[in-house]
Amino acid sequence: MNRSLVPIAAFALLVVVLAIGILRAPQKTVIQSVLLGKPAPEFVLPELGRDSSFDSRSMRGRWFLFNVWGTWCAECRAEHEMLLEISRSGRLPLVGLNWKDEDGLATQWLQDLGNPYDHVALDREGRVAIDWGVYGAPETFLVDADGKIVYKHVGPMTPEVWQRQFLARLPPPVARPLSAPSAEPSSSPPQAPVVAPSPAPVS
Amino acid sequence: MLPEIGHFALILALLLAVAQAFFGIAGPALGRDRWLAAVGPAVTAQFVMLTAAMGTLIASFITNDFSVAYVAQNSNSALPVVYRIAALWGAHEGSLVLWSWILVCWTLAVALLSRQLPARFAARVLGVLGLVSVGFLLFTLATSNPFERLFPAALDGRDLNPLLQDPALAAHPPMLYAGYVGFSVAFAFACAAMLEGKLDQTWARWTRPWTTVAWAFLSVGIALGSWWAYYELGWGGYWFWDPVENASFMPWLLGTALIHSLAVTEKRGLFKSWTLLLAILAFSLSLLGTFLVRSGVLVSVHSFAADPTRGIFILAFLVIMIGGALTLYAWRAPLLKSNAGFEFTSRESFLLFNNILLVVACATVFAGTMAPLISDALGLGTLSVGTQYFNPTFLLPTLPLIALAAVGIHASWKKGRISERRGALLTALGFSVLFAVAVVAGAYEGTKVLTPVGLALGAWLIISALIDPIDRLRRRITITPAIFGMALAHAALGLFVISLTMVESYTAERDVAMAVGDSAKVGAFEYRFLGLQPLEGPNYEGVRGEIAVFQGDRQVGLLHPEKRQYWVQGSVMTEAGIDMKLSRDIFAALGEDLGSGRWSVRAQVRPMINYVWIAAFLMALGGVIAACDRRYRVTAAARETALETGAGLPGRAG
Repeated sequence: MNRSLVPIAAFALLVVVLAIGILRAPQKTVIQSVLLGKPAPEFVLPELGRDSSFDSRSMRGRWFLFNVWGTWCAECRAEHEMLLEISRSGRLPLVGLNWKDEDGLATQWLQDLGNPYDHVALDREGRVAIDWGVYGAPETFLVDADGKIVYKHVGPMTPEVWQRQFLARLPPPVARPLSAPSAEPSSSPPQAPVVAPSPAPVS
Repeated sequence: MLPEIGHFALILALLLAVAQAFFGIAGPALGRDRWLAAVGPAVTAQFVMLTAAMGTLIASFITNDFSVAYVAQNSNSALPVVYRIAALWGAHEGSLVLWSWILVCWTLAVALLSRQLPARFAARVLGVLGLVSVGFLLFTLATSNPFERLFPAALDGRDLNPLLQDPALAAHPPMLYAGYVGFSVAFAFACAAMLEGKLDQTWARWTRPWTTVAWAFLSVGIALGSWWAYYELGWGGYWFWDPVENASFMPWLLGTALIHSLAVTEKRGLFKSWTLLLAILAFSLSLLGTFLVRSGVLVSVHSFAADPTRGIFILAFLVIMIGGALTLYAWRAPLLKSNAGFEFTSRESFLLFNNILLVVACATVFAGTMAPLISDALGLGTLSVGTQYFNPTFLLPTLPLIALAAVGIHASWKKGRISERRGALLTALGFSVLFAVAVVAGAYEGTKVLTPVGLALGAWLIISALIDPIDRLRRRITITPAIFGMALAHAALGLFVISLTMVESYTAERDVAMAVGDSAKVGAFEYRFLGLQPLEGPNYEGVRGEIAVFQGDRQVGLLHPEKRQYWVQGSVMTEAGIDMKLSRDIFAALGEDLGSGRWSVRAQVRPMINYVWIAAFLMALGGVIAACDRRYRVTAAARETALETGAGLPGRAG
């Protein structure tokens, strides 16, 4: 083959890769976290509205959503209604990571818009977010009962994402209906599934 | 009204760019020499229109016109005026306008300074540049119009990202773009040569200064970005191998290779098709960088406004520009034959190896940047590539490159003798090794395997680069700008290697919890937390710590790290307190308020870190000086004489 054809051939290959990259970009706005399937990073942070601190290990034995947000983040406002809806559905508790924010603003925000979170950990400096590999707010992680990260979504939570990516991966709902979580910690935490469930295939 | 004028100016600029591209490329192709007369005026008019568009957008920023969506999203009435102007390139749309404006500045410079070029060739160069401009203006107007109105108008703006409110970052994008876009000139020269089907040594002489100046801009732009990351991001790193950083670094590596291969083409008429390919690839990587940043294909901390529609547009543009140029290359390159030969240790060989190693270095960065994307496209799962990959693989080709440079700059053209410099080089190597051993022996801790290697190589390159100018000085031979610039750039590279080695080996670093009155040891230094005061800025508030740093009993620095809360976006920013000295930086950043008066403090002492950036600036300066060499201007002087005597010469307008 003519040597001077090599560059154009290599470029054609690159274009194919880039085109696939673009076509997949809407589904996956970010390179998936290397943490998928790995234990979620543990942390202890001050908790919003409490004197005590929040220890992520206290969530062991339960599936939960880990949502990174900040009052400075416009997209977070956009997804807030959806988070409230998830919270009302009672499928699993929500842990919010208030990222690089001010406590007063965060309290005000939750008062104004409603509080979907069972716990809000205050990551004022953003160190924990770095551990979790957070690129920007909002990001939402699904963590299983063993404390492993099952899924990560970048960008605002939408009903579609919730249905297709999160609900599909959750274990079947516990038979006993749960009381809707409120700002106060639920007295009866959702039961831990006895067997670690395998995520259902994405429809 | 003003934004509409700006929008209209942008549309006119697009039409003018179309005219410039059409007359510039079709004129010579169809042999219609009268069409060439339209190219120059089209460039000038396009420059006027884009300047008007920039001007109106800046005016909207300065007057806080929050009825313009872009202004409302990126500015605020409390923002200082300087940053209101810099906010122009604070996000996607404005960045594109800046890109186009810088492109037209380069084009205008080419039009004005290249009147001595053959008329058809000059028209082709300007035509290709016009085509690039068409692509970017079309992209701006179709997907990213910065003049879009907001209805109802916002009461106040959402403010510029506080991270970007910084002098170095205000200057970073214009410099970086000037470099990126500058490579379009080399690209256009390459395309014009391929369209003509002729490439000789004068071609290389025309192309060289443009390439070198663009490379210098890119060097400064990258250095500013790295400096900014160091003191503004608040954790004291200066290079992260982030996709966006890589996107600017890859064109730099290929641009460096291009500068060297152009030297061979100019002096010896060799490497012709290789030089063409490098010229195409350097600019292609600049475009690819833009694509990667803007399309959302690779997400990094830098990418704002990731949008797949934009991605598809840029990809189409890439296919047309790069695909077109490479097709042209596949067709024309086989016609370019070089018959001259050279011996193994001649300067040509050294520059060949220089090119190979630089291209390999670029390829490793490219592979690391693209691997996550390729793996994902092939369905192999996701992959994350970080420092563990980049640092060692990048050193593999670059360490030999430094040694090669130290020897190669003394090689003579064509013949394989390292001339009479062998003794001087070996003596220099001896001194360099002694220097490295002395530093390593004097250090407390932190020496790594590569520490003495880096120190010795860097020192060797510095001494080696200075041998020739010193020798000329002693023998009273003139030092031309070309020789001085080359020596400066190579010595600066040596300095860069030394400082990088020092920083990577001997940085002392600790994260400690401190309350006022506490002290902590960091390496040989002691940090004392003296106090904390409230702070009020124009558009933020916060706290300001005071930390004294002692070495033994002597106070060597007083640091004022700040924690700022910007009102509008509510984001918290860490302003590191840095005591900058040439020999070392003492660094402190306030971390988190741990309660009961205790703060986490990141304390670092980095030796010689400022030389990393100084070296980058000196490298760029060397490039600029070399580009000012008289031999690039001889033809211009000849033209002026010709004009004075009234001799007709084919000018820009044919």
